[in-house]
Amino acid sequence: MQSGGMTFAEKLLARAAGLERAVPGQIVVVRPDHLLTHDNTAAIIGKIPDELDRWGIVDPDFPIIVLDHVAPAASEKTAANHKAIRAFVERFGIRHFHDVGSGICHQVVVDQGLAVPGSIIVGSDSHTCTYGALGVFATGIDRTEAAALLLTGETWFKVPRTIRVVLDGALRPGVTAKDLVLHLAGRIGASGATYMALEFHGPGVATLDVDQRLTVSNMGVEMGAKIAVFPVDAVSRPWLEARGVPVEGALWADEDAAWARTVEVDLAAVEPVVALPHQVDNVRPVREQAGLSVDQVLIGSCTNGRLSDLAAAAEVLRGKQVHPGVRLLVLPASREVLTQALEAGVIQDLVAAGATLLPPGCGPCLGAHQGVLAPGERCVSTSNRNFRGRMGTRDSEIVLASPVTAARAALHGFIAPEETGEEAG
Amino acid sequence: MKVWRYGDDVNTDMLFPGKYTYTCSTPDEILPHLLEDLDPDFAGQVKPGDVILAGDNFGCGSSREQPVVGLKAAGVAAVIGRSFARIFFRAAINQGLVLVEAPEAVDAWRPGDEVRLDLDASRVLVGDRSFPIPPIPPEILAIREAGGLLAYARARLEKER
Repeated sequence: MQSGGMTFAEKLLARAAGLERAVPGQIVVVRPDHLLTHDNTAAIIGKIPDELDRWGIVDPDFPIIVLDHVAPAASEKTAANHKAIRAFVERFGIRHFHDVGSGICHQVVVDQGLAVPGSIIVGSDSHTCTYGALGVFATGIDRTEAAALLLTGETWFKVPRTIRVVLDGALRPGVTAKDLVLHLAGRIGASGATYMALEFHGPGVATLDVDQRLTVSNMGVEMGAKIAVFPVDAVSRPWLEARGVPVEGALWADEDAAWARTVEVDLAAVEPVVALPHQVDNVRPVREQAGLSVDQVLIGSCTNGRLSDLAAAAEVLRGKQVHPGVRLLVLPASREVLTQALEAGVIQDLVAAGATLLPPGCGPCLGAHQGVLAPGERCVSTSNRNFRGRMGTRDSEIVLASPVTAARAALHGFIAPEETGEEAG
Repeated sequence: MKVWRYGDDVNTDMLFPGKYTYTCSTPDEILPHLLEDLDPDFAGQVKPGDVILAGDNFGCGSSREQPVVGLKAAGVAAVIGRSFARIFFRAAINQGLVLVEAPEAVDAWRPGDEVRLDLDASRVLVGDRSFPIPPIPPEILAIREAGGLLAYARARLEKER
């Protein structure tokens, strides 16, 4: 057994399993602090009706349930699912329930102060890794595992190996955290971190605010990572404390931990990029894609639907009009974000420019409703996946981009690097 | 037995499109759409005992378990891949679907080769060649032997409460 220091994942899983230490490959049994589920709660509880009658759920404070994926309901079936979930919440006195309109589950968890540093949150949604931004061991699981967890509160993890990502310098103006994480996906690849943890280190970490870190951690799974985690530091600690979130449990990797690999990133060298269809790691500079036409632009989602993202888009579009050939959809990540964006005048600017405001939720990101694409159409989206068929038809294209790049595309009707905008401005 | 060979980075949207995730949950609802955007022939032609050979990172993307539930219900004997995305890997354990990571076996396969899995001997046979596969940790084997995670959890609760 190794004797040096431990990574974040090794240290946290050892503590959670009541062990001295944990090493990669080891299986540990833990009791997560919370289980997150969303509209798929209906399918989850549908697997265990007899067990729920007999044993109930492990703890009414354990589940966090947010209705966001098809919200408001788009059909009789999704409406019936929502109704069944509300009845389940009522029956077991589940405290952390957030109904239609609250927002995307990942943002609601953060808004509600449930992303507690050093805790373990599992969710039946792959982007549960988002709260790694706040030092949470947070990862996605499937519906069956969620069903078992409701009953037992317990699950197993294989201790992951860890990639250390060292950030140096600072992003240039106009370059966003989305550009950073797409740049990383391009370098590490869609499977480059499979089964592994991503840890963010280096002086560049302190230059990223909490919104930016949430964007980066959100896309950890797009590289295959189990978790994508930042330290709790002088940037995030006051942010957490202001929300009354306890930070005493925070922990971080040892200086002499054994990382599987180190990836160094000079933040100043990151440029605006897009991920072209149909792979998240198909990353190209925006300047090489100038002129690529677009039918729809989606600004928002759990990746880029926070106030700073919407404000960056409003900065581009304020006082101007969306190109007549483009449908601009704006999808705030939560009601709290929407409220902030209304107070800041950001929503007013976007709507005045011709945007359609969608209710806080997952919207068209997974192709269920509210802006699915027609065959032959192309969408520039600030979300996290451009897989074939993701937004409703296999014959459409999704280009992933930052809110700035997306807003510029909405304005011009095509992908436009900064210079184009100034000329057209 | 048919061998279905697919490439790298096959994601969950190709295996089971997101637009169905909140309307299809049972095997009967899932089967007609299984692998719909990857291989439109699959759902109509797959037979019990068939094997899927996959490249790297099979099942990446969403935490969607419908593809696993569907493959299990279709009677797919095993998915043998170069590597698997982790949520898909867990989902397979939880459903009792046999996943085997055997990159050399995948690379060795040529059209027409038979593929046979010999779990007792921890090996895959491709044509007349044999490839070792990693042993399964006891914690995971216990879940598979119980018939999947829910059966495992049920048995534990019976005992403890």
